[in-house]
Amino acid sequence: MALSIAFWVLAAVAVIAALGVMALRDVFRAALALILCFIAVAGIFVTLSADFLAAIQVLVYVGAVAILIVLGVMLTREVPHGNVSNRLVLPALLVAVVLVGVSVFVFTNPQTQWQISSAVPLAPTAGPLGLLLFDQDKYLLAVEIAPVLLLAVVLGAIALVREK
Amino acid sequence: MITLNHYLILSAVLFAIGLFGVLSKRNAIVILMSVELMLNGVNVAMVAFSRYIVPQMLTGQVFAIFIMLVAAAEAAVALAIIITIYRHRENIDITNINLMKW
Repeated sequence: MALSIAFWVLAAVAVIAALGVMALRDVFRAALALILCFIAVAGIFVTLSADFLAAIQVLVYVGAVAILIVLGVMLTREVPHGNVSNRLVLPALLVAVVLVGVSVFVFTNPQTQWQISSAVPLAPTAGPLGLLLFDQDKYLLAVEIAPVLLLAVVLGAIALVREK
Repeated sequence: MITLNHYLILSAVLFAIGLFGVLSKRNAIVILMSVELMLNGVNVAMVAFSRYIVPQMLTGQVFAIFIMLVAAAEAAVALAIIITIYRHRENIDITNINLMKW
């Protein structure tokens, strides 16, 4: 019961904050609404018993990506128009509504039968996740490639914004 | 009772809002924020599938970690590109950035 209330509150906050990103005229306020949406999604992860992922969500999205975006908004502060739309608003709205409609239709269709497992989810997920990520038969290669990607990203970002 | 469908519909709504933003906004930073919204929607679906279908295996959570990694990398590079464009053109309106438009 508490889980249901938590889910509905967090889902409402996430969706309203996401709509706020679209609707707010000031780009900076849109970035703040985006941060609220990230925090609500972290709470959704907690209701899914993904505690480690919720912590990572707060660290990476709220801590790093949101700060990067706010920094970007501030560095491009003199842009005159703010959060405006182009001529494709109605087609884009149509595409989004059709996507949601098709998704809801497919998910709630009685022919869609997920094989729901009744097993109890792992309670602290940090240890099992670490064992999975550093198991050489599972994801160790991806974990070793990830720092190479991050190094390339850091070098690329520095090379792009460097003063000549 | 909250089921897998609730989470999947939430994920679809977040993804659709992000898609609307990517298609309809003119400010490059708002488009970047919309992409992050879409990736968050995908993450919700991944973790929900992991929780309800293979609760003991954490597969979806590992995928979600890698999605977050790529999202952070993408945000860094995209902001570097946006700031470079802003330096050259004093503007980050996507409709005016048509140098490579065919």
